[in-house]
Amino acid sequence: MQGMSPIVKNITRLVAGFIALYGAYTVLYGHVTPGGGFSGGVVLASGLVLVVLAFGVGLEQSVLSDAAAKLGDSLGALLFLAVAFLGYGAGMFFVNLLPSGETGRLASAGTIPISNIAIGIKVGAGLLSLFVALAVFRRYRAEQRSDTGMEA
Amino acid sequence: MDPVLLLLLALLGFMLAGSLIAVETRDLLSSVICVGAVGFGTSLVFLLLGAPDLALTQVVVEILILVVLVRVIITRRDKTYTASRATLPVGLVLLALGVMAAIVFGTLMTAEEEGGLQMRRFGDPLLNEQAEASIMAPVGEPEVALTKTEPRSIGGAYLKHGVKSAEEAEAQVAKHLPKPPNASNYVMAILLDFRAYDTLGEATVIFVAIIGVYAILRKVGRIRHAGNVADR
Repeated sequence: MQGMSPIVKNITRLVAGFIALYGAYTVLYGHVTPGGGFSGGVVLASGLVLVVLAFGVGLEQSVLSDAAAKLGDSLGALLFLAVAFLGYGAGMFFVNLLPSGETGRLASAGTIPISNIAIGIKVGAGLLSLFVALAVFRRYRAEQRSDTGMEA
Repeated sequence: MDPVLLLLLALLGFMLAGSLIAVETRDLLSSVICVGAVGFGTSLVFLLLGAPDLALTQVVVEILILVVLVRVIITRRDKTYTASRATLPVGLVLLALGVMAAIVFGTLMTAEEEGGLQMRRFGDPLLNEQAEASIMAPVGEPEVALTKTEPRSIGGAYLKHGVKSAEEAEAQVAKHLPKPPNASNYVMAILLDFRAYDTLGEATVIFVAIIGVYAILRKVGRIRHAGNVADR
């Protein structure tokens, strides 16, 4: 996968940051406005997928490696589980024991924002790794074989 | 002891045995059939717990998956599974078993004590019709204990108890009732507070699905890595 034309690459350079910003906003403000960990994570993952598609596999191999994606997937799952076990601090599994705060502020709703961040990391990294696994692995392998003269 | 609970425990033992055999057996066809048995056990559990629609779905999906998997196994005649497989270090397995035993033991032994590790007693949900239900009463209705003969809108209850003023929250905490999450996005309050168990289950499903995709599509499989290229 060699990447796409300069037009696509330049437009990707322009919009990728905004896509990431919107994804982060959707995750962080999930408990205040519509959105949340899952949708924000999907936005983040689609931004990363756009970058990988536009710039080709070389970038994916150096910056957004599938090892990093797997790490993010696992870390997000563990963080969400940690929030669940945090509830034992108040006596039971999954108790929302942090202060609720004032409705409508960013620092409110107890553990819900933390859970949102965990799910955002998990879904974003997970969908990116899914894309990498499904779309890139085989083609990249086939290209490597054809580069070295081996029959795919 | 409740006969339904006994039946559930027997089914649980059956499903655990089936899962262990499915993991440990060398024959792929036996493994698939064991997975099918576990799935049918799950559907019986759903039926006993009073969820016939879930049981029906589980049976249908299980039949379909079993047929597809058996078909794949019979067609491929794949012999690579007979190679010996790597196992986890004994210390790691012992550590995991120890943590599990500690959690189960701690939960069971200290459940009656004040401040001990607690899980809800089986069949006693957080939103039961006794104490907690009075605080989860729907909007506009008096906060009395709900009766099983009068099902009411749980959505209204979520709307009423998602956001509360500081005084109301303090009154709830003084009565040892769960405090309101105070998230202005009610969907997130339901997904990550009232129904956080469900979300944890969904996150686990996604995680396992992605792990499965990786295991199938990774660049070099473990068997081929060891020098055996017979699988393709």
